[in-house]
Amino acid sequence: MADAIATREALRIVGHAVPRHDARDKVAAATAYAADWALPGMLHAAVLRSPYPSARIVKLSYARAAAIEGVAVVLTAKDVPRNTLATDVPGQTSAVGPLRATLSVLAEDRVRHQGEPVALVAAETLEQAHAALEAIEVEYERTPGVFIPEAALAAGAPQVHAAGNLLAQWRIARGDVAAGFARAAVVVEGEYTTQLVDAAYLEPESGVAWIDGDGVITIRVSTQVIEHFRDVAEVLRVEQNRVRVIGTYLGGGFGGKEDVTVEIYLGLLALKTGRPVKMVWTRAESLLARAKRHPYRMRYRTGALATGEIVAQEIDLLADAGAYAYLSALVLLYSTVTAAGPYRVPAVRAEARVAYTNNPPTSAMRGFGAMQTVFGYESQMDRVARALGLDPVEVRRVNALRRGDTLPVGQVIETHVALPELAERAWAALGPPTLPRAPHVRVGRGLACNFQPYGRIVWLHDWSSAWIGFEMDGSLVVRCGVPDVGGGQASSLCQIAAEVLGVSLARVSIHIADSALTPLAGTTTASRQLYMSGNAVLKAARELAAQILAVAATLLRADADGLELTDDAVVARDGRSLALPEVLRECARVGVPRSHLAVYHAPAGEPVDLATGSGKVFPDYTFGAHAAEVEVDTETGRVRILRYAAAHDVGRAINPQSVEGQIQGGAVQGLGYGLMEEVVVEDGINLTTSFATYLIPTAADVPDVEAVVVESGEGLGPFNARGIGEPPIGPPAAAVANAIADAARVRVTRLPITAERVARALGLFDD
Amino acid sequence: MIARMVLNGRAREVEVRASQTLLEVLRDTLGIFDVKEGCDEGVCGVCTVLLDGRPASSCLVLAAGVRGRAVVTLRGLERDGGLHPLQDAFVRHGAVQCGFCTPGMLLTALAFLEREPRPDREAIRAALEGNLCRCTGYTKIVDAISAYVREANGDG
Repeated sequence: MADAIATREALRIVGHAVPRHDARDKVAAATAYAADWALPGMLHAAVLRSPYPSARIVKLSYARAAAIEGVAVVLTAKDVPRNTLATDVPGQTSAVGPLRATLSVLAEDRVRHQGEPVALVAAETLEQAHAALEAIEVEYERTPGVFIPEAALAAGAPQVHAAGNLLAQWRIARGDVAAGFARAAVVVEGEYTTQLVDAAYLEPESGVAWIDGDGVITIRVSTQVIEHFRDVAEVLRVEQNRVRVIGTYLGGGFGGKEDVTVEIYLGLLALKTGRPVKMVWTRAESLLARAKRHPYRMRYRTGALATGEIVAQEIDLLADAGAYAYLSALVLLYSTVTAAGPYRVPAVRAEARVAYTNNPPTSAMRGFGAMQTVFGYESQMDRVARALGLDPVEVRRVNALRRGDTLPVGQVIETHVALPELAERAWAALGPPTLPRAPHVRVGRGLACNFQPYGRIVWLHDWSSAWIGFEMDGSLVVRCGVPDVGGGQASSLCQIAAEVLGVSLARVSIHIADSALTPLAGTTTASRQLYMSGNAVLKAARELAAQILAVAATLLRADADGLELTDDAVVARDGRSLALPEVLRECARVGVPRSHLAVYHAPAGEPVDLATGSGKVFPDYTFGAHAAEVEVDTETGRVRILRYAAAHDVGRAINPQSVEGQIQGGAVQGLGYGLMEEVVVEDGINLTTSFATYLIPTAADVPDVEAVVVESGEGLGPFNARGIGEPPIGPPAAAVANAIADAARVRVTRLPITAERVARALGLFDD
Repeated sequence: MIARMVLNGRAREVEVRASQTLLEVLRDTLGIFDVKEGCDEGVCGVCTVLLDGRPASSCLVLAAGVRGRAVVTLRGLERDGGLHPLQDAFVRHGAVQCGFCTPGMLLTALAFLEREPRPDREAIRAALEGNLCRCTGYTKIVDAISAYVREANGDG
């Protein structure tokens, strides 16, 4: 931004660890989540799902179900006005061609994954709805499925979709890779495998829909994307202005509530019955039905000089999309762009493919394809360092990107890259080494750096809008369509508005996430809300301040430039002041608005051809470095994290406490990914549909995470902030793998790094 | 049948079916939405209530089996309409993100602190093992509880 960087001392509210308004409500359990909602005459809804990963629907009959007492309606594909949901990938430049991927709202003649929705029921009670599900008669004829991406791409494989199993393919070719390898002192090769994981937020997918008094289909739902009101309208074949989505404060999202969940079903059932309808997925249903994180198979070949300088890298990525495209093509794009890491690599050849299978579908999850690759490139970096006898911090310093460098995809890095400092500070934060507590226990340390885009791909032409207005008493109202997933999205916007307009935080009310009543702000995804909506609020606040100060200037007979909004008043340089309500009354009298709507447009660009390295893909990136100290039990393979430090350059921390929370929470999700989480699927059947089998970290599984917040003062967000929602989930798996290599001289290349895998690597088993 | 309980200090009698859990009755019959539903098998801890002072997963308790015992939900902690000092510590220390685990986390922590008033961080972590949090990574939750312990014991 053009603004001079404000110093923290000059800021009253931004940059301070202020308690969040939503935290006060949440500790008192005053927050009404999507399931904490009931309306008179409300029906309860449930989904019938396919038990098979690949089958034809031969017969579907629901007469018996519809006759059950209390059942209001049963819906199948033929009852859905437009039975198609579409994902567009503009500018896709792969060998596969432009993508308009679709899936059916309810399965028609075929199911492609276990858990695919087949029918909907709404009944007076949930018990009756479940009884009706059991009474729906579906005759399936099982068909051969394919469950491994390599197998899916082989000749003769069962075709998941008519267009073939190769969903998307991206390529990067930069520099002379062969010449690079020829001058390398060391060449390191590795193959890495990452697993299918679940967002596993504690609040299951849930919502209530009703036809409001104005006839508008209103859906109150836990979602990261209220703009899905348009998708609901398409499916219902009504005008988009006849559907309203009210987004609740979420009980976690992490990308899992980016695609539609219950809102389409609720809209359909409310429209068909004319009654309020509630749908809450069970945990089993959530773990079965929601799109998950893509598993990857990554092959790396890295050449480096004796100094540690990387001169060439060959990368081959293959991901599993599951049965439907969702956002897979874009997730793969993120992987491709980030595959060589936050380093200067003069010669890169990368090939990335994602294949359809009959596994559970995969889509957005925190990190969005830019996190799987960290396990690849940082394991490689560690191997290079070990092969050359270099210090882990030194090898990153040698290779770190700097401002002005060009990524393999052709994008020039335009902001400060704090990488060497981040690596040093994370490493130093581990403190003095821990001594092994027993002879069979080894202790070691590992480092991993990453970079994660914030903001959407530039050719998606992203924007956000916000409205700010003063009430006559000088209290402030902010309206912004931002969904708050729990990261303090709404609260940060209040800080920005309060800072610029000179009111205390307690005098700000914010209304969020209502597609009918708040200006649209786009999705709470891609680490974009602070960047995008923060800039929209900043713009609205500054323009509103200018309006108000112009009026105050006439009252005070002073120059508007010399006036300041502070402490609920307008203050002149000479010390004269006017209470805000006085100025607001004058605004009303002379016809100057006391409110303002602003739209922030991110810098946009046209689609680039990755293969030829032609330009900008993302607005900017957030960099990080994590350091782990682990102990490895050489008799059992058990790994315990002793210390963990995570450093990120956030440009500026709008609320340092929230930033630390994002870093600590992201790091622990990353540790879960690295050490324990896995959706186990056998021949398309999910074996981990409960929290007793899908394990996420408990308080006893992980140590304190020391968050190292670095503020370079450079970033594209308000007050030069960078996005921090996703970045911290990237490095943990690699940091732990590298620490295990340091402790026990074994390298684990498959996630999660379970005790069994470590024991195998240690040679504790015969096979 | 009738389920009897003393809910947040008030004797209640509720008509229930034999199969209904305390969680279902609290939320669906009594509209006590401060008890959350997360996994329905006693693993996640978001439905925690205090049953005669001990944390229990209300999704695993049959409502009719409560038989007059004291049930405390988060709302039962309010003191003269204000926050309990532990709730306040959660706000001040940033221990709340999405907030879905918070009611259960607070109740588990309070019941634990009744038994063990001066725990260290490791003991706090062990006590919270049955309450999952997917947002915070637990560090700030342990910070908040530790700070409350210091303040409650006059250690400033």
